[in-house]
Order: sequence, then structure tokens, then C-alpha cells
Amino acid sequence: MSAGASLTPGAPSLALRRRRHALPGLGVSLGLTLAWLGLIVLIPLAALAIKPWELGPSGLLEVLSEPRVLASLRLSFGAALLAALVSVPLGLLLAWTVTRYRFPGRRLLDALVDLPFALPTAVAGLALTALFAPNGWLGAPLAAAFGWQVAFKPAGVVVALVFVALPFVVRSVEPVLRDLPLDAEEAAATLGATRLQTIRRVVLPALLPATITGFGLGFARAVGEYGSVIFIAGNMPMVSEIAPLLIVVKLEQFNYAAAAGIGLAMLLLSFAILLALNLWQRRLRRGRA
Amino acid sequence: MTVDVENLARRFGGTAALDGVSLALEPGEFVALLGPSGSGKTTLLRVLAGLDFPDEGRVRIAGRDMAGVPARERGVGVVFQNYALFRHMSVAENVAFGLRVRPRNRRPPEAEIQRRVRELLELVQIPELAARYPDQVSGGQRQRVALARALAIEPQLLLLDEPFGALDALVRKEVRRWVRGLHDRLGLTSILVTHDQEEAMEMADRVAVMEAGRIVQLDTPDALLQTPATAFVAGFMGEATRLPLCIRGRVARLSEFGLDDVELDLPDGEAVLFLRPHEVRIEPSAAGRALVRSVRPEGTGGTRILADVDGHRIEGICAVALARGDACRIRAVSGTFFHGDGTSRRWSAGPGAPAPLDSSRTPSASPAG
Amino acid sequence: MSAAGPAAADPAWLRWTAVTLALLLAVVIFLLPLAAVFTEALRRGWEPALAAIQEEDARAAVRLTLLVAAISVPVNAMGGVAAAWAVTKFDFPGRRLLITLIELPFSVSPVISGLVYVLLFGAQGYLGPWLQEHDIEIIFAVPGLVLATVFVTFPFVARTLIPLMQEQGRDEEEAAATLGAGGWDIFRRVTLPNVKWALLSGVLLCNARAMGEFGAVSVVSGHIRGQTNTMPLHVEILYNEYMFVGAFAVASLLALLGLLTLLAKALLEILAGRRMGDAA
Repeated sequence: MSAGASLTPGAPSLALRRRRHALPGLGVSLGLTLAWLGLIVLIPLAALAIKPWELGPSGLLEVLSEPRVLASLRLSFGAALLAALVSVPLGLLLAWTVTRYRFPGRRLLDALVDLPFALPTAVAGLALTALFAPNGWLGAPLAAAFGWQVAFKPAGVVVALVFVALPFVVRSVEPVLRDLPLDAEEAAATLGATRLQTIRRVVLPALLPATITGFGLGFARAVGEYGSVIFIAGNMPMVSEIAPLLIVVKLEQFNYAAAAGIGLAMLLLSFAILLALNLWQRRLRRGRA
Repeated sequence: MTVDVENLARRFGGTAALDGVSLALEPGEFVALLGPSGSGKTTLLRVLAGLDFPDEGRVRIAGRDMAGVPARERGVGVVFQNYALFRHMSVAENVAFGLRVRPRNRRPPEAEIQRRVRELLELVQIPELAARYPDQVSGGQRQRVALARALAIEPQLLLLDEPFGALDALVRKEVRRWVRGLHDRLGLTSILVTHDQEEAMEMADRVAVMEAGRIVQLDTPDALLQTPATAFVAGFMGEATRLPLCIRGRVARLSEFGLDDVELDLPDGEAVLFLRPHEVRIEPSAAGRALVRSVRPEGTGGTRILADVDGHRIEGICAVALARGDACRIRAVSGTFFHGDGTSRRWSAGPGAPAPLDSSRTPSASPAG
Repeated sequence: MSAAGPAAADPAWLRWTAVTLALLLAVVIFLLPLAAVFTEALRRGWEPALAAIQEEDARAAVRLTLLVAAISVPVNAMGGVAAAWAVTKFDFPGRRLLITLIELPFSVSPVISGLVYVLLFGAQGYLGPWLQEHDIEIIFAVPGLVLATVFVTFPFVARTLIPLMQEQGRDEEEAAATLGAGGWDIFRRVTLPNVKWALLSGVLLCNARAMGEFGAVSVVSGHIRGQTNTMPLHVEILYNEYMFVGAFAVASLLALLGLLTLLAKALLEILAGRRMGDAA
């Protein structure tokens, strides 16, 4: 009998101090990862963070407060937020339909949602321009019926960005919707809720975190979008010129520091927005736990 | 193959998963690590397998210090909790894996590998499943595949991490006996991790009860039941009613529970009394303070009765038929006291009751009544 | 028509409205633009369209696009696999930060992805003078196109692998280790077969983006015809020169690439699903 088995003294072995891992290969894989990440992403981004300060703080402020720069930032961020916002109801509708209903063409619809991921942005830009041009399939009827012009106007920018942002909302919400246990909805029905009440009070709240994720991803992608926008935007300074285009313009004038300054401002601003979304999401999660 | 574990410590962040664990296995022994989840038993198993590394302490297997020896060089067979079968390989490929990844100079030729796989599948009685995939066989069969795969590398030490948890109750009983038989037949040394005391009692030569990263008692199943070292062990092994009480002037006050007070030589203070159902007699009595809560026939003529005394539940045996709601009287014939200071007393009442048994750490209690 | 049980089923009017709206939306947002590209390309029949694709500059653009993708996709596939392995099979401080950094290029504008390399390697960039001295061309040359493309397609493979490998856990790898397998054997025989479909699908998406990237390469290319013009850049040049049929013809080629990618991805999902479906 040895009730005090744990009392047996043992010499502490110094050789065991170093933390090791159960599986081999951390050194090689982490080394490769850091080299890849450092060379391709981190060092170049560091250049972006340093370059603008060649202008000095006041010079940088001057560049960023140019009316043309401000207008382009306002357009890029405003249109991206609007496009992500529009994508939310559209994306929820698509995700809901694809996961909850069986109907002919469902698989095709599901595959089509990925089209903006797979279609080169320049092609998308060209296509949307052709579609919404004053003589295009959609441009002509819109002009005739409402007198609206979409192409070569800020509205065109929003349309292009919705095309880009929409799949992110659908693909973020879809897996959550698929895994949502049906019994919660059945329970709501037994408690006397109508189907619409159930959707509004049980389903949508459960989808909120994923919707915010999709909104954030869609916004992040849209705010920097270039290829699908520049064909349809018309690119009028002060009116329909997006910030990424202005960076290209500054580069063509060999004004590297100003280009980097606008780029840095864009990045910081969009990270701030993404951070805010992230905090919101975290608060939702905590509230639920 | 001997296993020697000395003073192991392993911390995750601030909590100690292992807190000074020592353990020694004789060749051919079957030891169970028994404890609730979070008691450190799986961590101990992972340290032995080389899948986790201790902050302090030493592991020796067959006399060899395992510090710095990676899992793949230990030659220890492991059956994982959810089997961890390779889902993209057939049953035969799963079993062959350990032979196929040997360095070229120690790898058997393919024909030999095939023969060994066949042998192993016959040993675990599933030769007909060789070509199936893990998701095409039942839980019990998966368990056999995992065992065959672990045995393929001819381990002398076999580690089993809750291997029967995923099986339904009926299969589990049968597989347990079969695994124990295999252990004896192959002359293995085995360590089983489990939270099921019945499983540990049935399979193991010795059982190590773990609590909060320590082994609180390492003993044969019989000794664990007879003389639990701590209140924790007593509560974990088998069914028992647990009564918290006060000792004043060498008398344990039990009237609160409708029982007679007990005289015994423990100092004043708080204590706990453990009563196994067979240590409690319940008798019909119109004047009794207790009420019958539930009745379960035992099949041997007696009934197991859960009685209620002013809100306290006590379980015991009754020789005659009682119905729910009947009044009754409760009498304890024996029990184990654990004092707050860590000492314990085995107590037994009057003639006819079994003689008082010694606890491992304390002198014999005085019979009282 | 509904997948749900009766209690959680939607009323018929709601189902029909939702399906109709969704199909309408898909047609307007996804199908019409695609149709417009092909229609515009064939506006004057097959011949001018085919001629535009076979023209010398167009062929050079196709070759260059293939070359850039052939370099960038393997680089990111290897990096992505290494990163996913490190991040999912081990615990180390800074793991979460590493995952965030790997996904970073997704939230950087393609134009900025090109810009950062101009800042480093451009004529007035940090390394520009040194490169000029040694006669090395990066910006307005193929290396610049490759770098910008690698940046833009950086996270694709890692991003498809990490969630899957996280979900699969480490059990099988640990079992392999106790059976005597070394690091390479574990990776090749256990991890890789479990993620091969996901890896392939990540590579496909990475490739589609690499071949179709516009903004980033536009900044570093300098638009030298026949030399630094990839297909998307060629489309832009033709469009700006009012050679609409040519522009839409090359765009159709790119659109076909996108459609093929989608098709292949759908097939992969069916294949991966069928293997997993054996469980049922």
C-alpha cells in the first residue's frame, strides 16, 4: 500500500526545462512562414509606413487636406460603406434562399455567388460599364424610366462595389445559417411565434455576428477596389475619382511620398473601421456567453 | 517492461495539470489512472507517450531516461480517446502505418508487412474489415483497429486513453474483458486512463486515483474499496452516502440524520462520514423520522431504499417490502469517518457487524455505538 | 421545397418571394454582366474577336500572365501550407498575431500592394539607385509583376487550409508520431491527404486571382506592350484606345478562366463531399 505515492522524492531534471513540442517540424515551417511573410508583406508595408514622413508632418497634412484628396477619400469610404450596407440584405436573402429552400437552379445560384471572386476585376468593370452605359441593357431602361444615369457617376462606383462586396456577406452568413439548429425555430413555433416573428427574433440575431464579419470583409475589399471601379466611374476629379486612382496619379507624377501618404491614410482609416466592427462583434459574443 | 515516473510536474499557464506525480509499474502490470476530468490523468499519459513534456521530474521506461526522446522513438503503443484513426486510409493501411514509416534499413519487406497486418487483424478478430475505411466500420470495430495499429509496432508498454468511452454499455463490458485478456496473453505492460471506476476496478491490477494533478492513492481495487485514504477516494469509489458532521468530545453527532451518535477517538472538529448502501439498514417503523423516497428491488429479496430525513438523503438496504412514502428508521452498521485534519477511522457497530478494518494511515478505531 | 420540418417551414408566399427575388438578383448582378462581356466581344461576329485574341500583343500578354501565375501560385502554395502547418499543429506565443498578419493583404488595396514595391524598388524608391547601378530591373519588369501578384494572392491557400486543419486537430498526427513517423512522413502521409481537396481549391482561387489581378500589376507594370502587359492590362489598353471588340474579346478569355475556376471548384467540393459522405 502506498497512499503517499506522490511523496516519493525525485531529483528535478534540468534537461526537461526547455518546452518542446509533440510533433516535429515547427522550426522548418515557422521559419518558412516568417521568411515568406516578412519578405513579401511586412518589409514592403514598412516602406509604406515610413515613406510619407519624408514630407514632414505638416507636408503630409497638406497633401491629405488637398480638396481633391479629401473628395476621393470621402468617395472611396462612403461608397464602400454604402455598398457593404446594401450587400447585407441582399446577401442575407441569397444565403437564406440557398441554404433553406430546394428549387431548380439552386446549385447554379450557389456557384454564381462566387463569380466576383473568380472573375478578374477588370472584366467585371468592363462588363458593368457595358451594362449600365446610357445605351446598355440596364442603362437605357433606367434612363428612360427614371432619368437615372449610373455609369460614369458616383452611383456607378457603388454598383461596382456591391458586385465586389456581396459574395463576402453571403459566404460569411451561409455556414452559420446552415449550422443553425432548427429546433430553436421549432421551439419558437411551439411558443406561439409566427414564422416572421421567429425569423426576426430568433434567426436574425443569431446571424448578426456573421453578418458583421461579412460586412467588414466586404467593406475592406470594396474600399481598396480598383479594377472594377475605374471603368464605370468616369474618374472625374472631385466627383467620381476614387482614392486608389489618386494614388496612381500621384505615382505617375513621381510623387512617391504623397502617394504613400494617401495609401497610409486609407489603410489606417479602414483598420480603424474594421477594429470598431471587431469590438462590436466581441461585445455581442460576450453578451451571449 | 518497467515504468518509473518520478515527481512529474506540468503546468498549463497558472494551473498545475501534474503536481508531483510518482508512479512505478512492474513488468506485466495493468494499472488504471482513475479520476474526474481535469485531474491530470490524460496529461500523465501524454507525458509517457512523449506527446507532452513535463516541467519537472523524470520518466524512465525499461530503465531508460525518456528526457529528450521524441514520441516516435519511444516505441510506446497508444490507443487514443477517439481512436485518431487515419480517415483516408483503409483499416489495413492504418495497421500497416507504423511498419511502413520505419527507416528503410529496419522496414520489413511489403509481403512481410501484409502478413503482419493480417495476423494483427485476426488477433483483434476483424480480418474481414481490412479493405474498409474507418468511417465504414462500427465504434467497437474502430476500437479494435486502433488497438491493432498500436500493437503493430510491437510495443511492450501500451497506453489506453479512455478507449471504451465511445462504445455503448453492452459492447463495452465485453471489450474490456477481451482487452485485459490480450494484455495477459501478449505479456504487455498497460496503463489505462478512465473516469469510470467500474472499468478501472474490473480491468486493473492496481488503480491510481488522481485528484488535482496528484495521485491520492495507488492500490489494488479491493484495498481502495476497503480502506480509502481520503474522503475524495471514498466518494469516488462506488456508491456512498456522504454525511458532513461535527465531532465534539469524541462523539460524532449524527442525530441530525436520524442515526445514533458514535463515540470514536477523533479530535473535535468537522468530519465526513461515508456510508455504503450495504452498511445501512432500513427498517419499517411507524414512529421513524425518515420517509421512503424511492425503492429499487435488488433481486435477492431485499430492496435498495433511498430515505429522506429532514431533507438529508441516505441510501440503504431493507429486508422487507416498503412503499414510497412509508415511515422508516435508519441504522448504520459500519462506515468510514474522514476528519478535517486528514485522519480517518473505520467504524463498525456492535456484534454481528464486520470487524473494524484499519485505515492505511491510522490506528484502529474503537468500536462504539 | 423546404428543407425544414413543418414547424420551422416558411409560408409558401414567403418561399416564393424569396426564391424569385434571389434568382432575379443573381441574374441582374451576376449573369447579365457575364452575358454582356461575351455579347460585346461577338458584336461583329466571331472573326474580329478571334483575331483580337491571336494578335501578337495579345499572345504576349497571355504568355506573360501564365508566367506570372506559374511563379506566384507555387510560392504562395508553399508558404500557405507551411504557415497552416505551423499555426494549427503547434502552440506558440504570437500564433493569433501570425494568422492576422497572413490575412493582412486581403484588406490592403491592390493599388497599395503595387505601390509598396514601387516605394522599395522604383527609380526613386529606397533601393532604386542601387538597383540602377547594378542594372537590375524590378519595377516596370517581370519581377515587379510577380512580387505584386504574390502580395495580392498571398493569403488564399493559407486561408482555406487553416480553418480545416484547425478543425481536424492534431490527433492523427500525434498517433502517427507514436507509431514512429518523422515530420516529413507525418506531413506527407497523414496531413496532406486529409487536406488535399482544400489545398487544390485554395490553389485554384489563388491562380484565378493571380491571372486576373489588375490594380497591383497596373502600378508596377509601366504598360510596355509585348513586354510588361498582362491580359487584364491589355484589356484596359484596348478599351482606352476604343478597340472595344478586342477589349471584350480578351476580357471574354479572362471570364472563361473565371468560369472554369468556378466549375473546377464546384467539382472539387462534390469530390471532397463524396469522400466524406461515406460516413453516412
